[in-house]
Amino acid sequence: MEKQYLFTADLNVKNLACLRNEQVLFSGLNVSLSPENVLFLEGENGSGKTSLLRILCGFRLPDEGDITWGNQSISSVPEYSQNISYVGHKNGIKDELTVEENLNLMRSMATASDIETESVLKQIGLFKQADVLSRQLSAGQKRKLALARLMMTNNSFWILDEPFTSLDKATVVFFESLIKQHIARGGMLILTSHHDIDLSGLSVHHLNLSN
Amino acid sequence: MNIFGSIKRLYHQFASPPYFYRISGLWLPYIMGLFVLLFAAGLYSGLILAPIDYEQGEAYRIIYVHVPAAWMSMFIYIVMAITGAIGLIWRLKLAEIVMISSAPIGASFTFLALVTGSIWGKPMWNTWWVWDARLTSELLLLFLYFGVMALYNAIEDKRTAARAVAILALVGVVNIPIIHYSVEWWNTLHQGPTITKFDKPSIHLSMLVPLLIMAVAFKLFYIGSLFMRVRTELLAREQKSKWVTQLLETKSN
Amino acid sequence: MLDAWLQIFKRDLLIAFRRRSEIIHPLIFFVMVISLFPLAIGDDKVLLQKIAPAIIWVTALLATMLSLDNLFRSDFEDGSLEQMTLLKTPLSLLVTAKITAHWFITGLPLLLITPLLAVLLYVPTEMISMLLLTLLLGTPTLSLIGAVGIALTVGLRQGGVILSLLILPLYIPVLIFATLALQNSAQGFSAEAQLAMMLAILVLAITLSPFAIAAALKVSLN
Repeated sequence: MEKQYLFTADLNVKNLACLRNEQVLFSGLNVSLSPENVLFLEGENGSGKTSLLRILCGFRLPDEGDITWGNQSISSVPEYSQNISYVGHKNGIKDELTVEENLNLMRSMATASDIETESVLKQIGLFKQADVLSRQLSAGQKRKLALARLMMTNNSFWILDEPFTSLDKATVVFFESLIKQHIARGGMLILTSHHDIDLSGLSVHHLNLSN
Repeated sequence: MNIFGSIKRLYHQFASPPYFYRISGLWLPYIMGLFVLLFAAGLYSGLILAPIDYEQGEAYRIIYVHVPAAWMSMFIYIVMAITGAIGLIWRLKLAEIVMISSAPIGASFTFLALVTGSIWGKPMWNTWWVWDARLTSELLLLFLYFGVMALYNAIEDKRTAARAVAILALVGVVNIPIIHYSVEWWNTLHQGPTITKFDKPSIHLSMLVPLLIMAVAFKLFYIGSLFMRVRTELLAREQKSKWVTQLLETKSN
Repeated sequence: MLDAWLQIFKRDLLIAFRRRSEIIHPLIFFVMVISLFPLAIGDDKVLLQKIAPAIIWVTALLATMLSLDNLFRSDFEDGSLEQMTLLKTPLSLLVTAKITAHWFITGLPLLLITPLLAVLLYVPTEMISMLLLTLLLGTPTLSLIGAVGIALTVGLRQGGVILSLLILPLYIPVLIFATLALQNSAQGFSAEAQLAMMLAILVLAITLSPFAIAAALKVSLN
């Protein structure tokens, strides 16, 4: 069993609104999430799931509303965004670097976990491809590498946007167990997914943005 | 702190779109009326009452358009930078709209300053264009305005576009003194001092008064046309909001 | 913090080494455009010698602008930029690592090839060191200013033309001081004043532009 996360707090979203090209994607949104909880975002395409995740990451500014982390506005807590592990539509890996170089870069840039690069490579099944340029990987393999970010760092807040796109069944099962470990350590997770995800045994809240 | 608080409150009230729309609608006729009066007075005193210049003859009178236009071209760019900064920091929609609505007006004044400068150059230098420091600076300022407008038009989401433009305007405003200084330096080394009446400090009072009247008239024109642009932009952007629908209903009744 | 800076710096050098064409293309552009001038003007030694500083500087300016195109584009497209904003090290510091790496990849080769091109334009040998000095002081400023423009346009499809509209006016002081320095020294006068101005502009650009670049990148992510 891994150590509990040290940096955790409640996330509160109040009266959040997001506009795109003067069209309201959502407004008056209230969400709160505590450690050891999962928030599952649902809603049809274009309902603003990705926009909400990007707002939570701080990439996008909300058009209205406040987001607090432990009762402090996220803009006044620099540690908030440093504590996020985000896997979005874009993988965030460099095509010109090898698999191993990409992993080492992820580790060196953040609060690293204790895990060895070699062990990560083995667990996600890319050990043989360690010295292959990421450009030559398949879409599924690239996705694995992007998700390996979750293992390389010690962040308690995970934000995952369609994490399991083009992954094979075995890898999905592996990352599901990783999510369960993460929650057990006191972590938080917000995700969207069109795939069925086995989150049994976890405290999962559903939020449908289409309504 | 209390003063700051009340300033902020006042500011927020004025910055709310429905309030601004109403107040600016009330003020607009007076601003434009005053502009017409001052413009007429400025033209009359500048073109007819002011004495003739002993060196340049009647041709100098174009300064009554050229100099205020050049002043406005700078002034509006600075307004853009300031409102841009306000928009970036406090995310005020009105500040963003004032900034972006100022750009075409500022570019027009810059263009006017360039054209009148080059017309003035014809009798003075016997050529339509001289790489005079002031004209060159105006030309570069026009380029800066073009950049601002091009960037705004290229970005689809208008609030994002406004933030991008605000950054550009701020970078531009830091650069303007450097550009201006470098052009002056370049000009003195290449041309030798050109005879410029524009910045003669000992301008006679009878020449100065019409100039100042025209400067005030141009400022009023800017404020008036800015209000018109901002009002249109506000209506277009907020067409779905309650106050616009209410406005349309009362108008159609 | 310094560690993350070095990581990004090394990463960008490594990537550039693996995609060498991007280093070489602006350089070829630089050489080709400069050789167009003698072809257009004719082999007029006096004239070419006179306008050589202008030719080299205007071309260097354009080559720098072209080479900047990929400064943030690949990071923007593959999602690395998003990840960079989540790091402990401020984005404004990380971009300086990228720009430094970029200058070593594109600015430095440009400097190294300049003596050769100066010879093609009949620049006297004693002028070459002054030419290099102006480029050494000027091209980092061009990279820093250009990076602001690139950061603002990185998300746009027709970014290239707009970029030139945004940053060419801002390049003018550097161009003016560099060419004035060269003309002064060609006439045997001191160019110290112009060089000091170039240095001052460089210091100003180093101090202010990282913040503008980081802010612009965040707007582009929106």
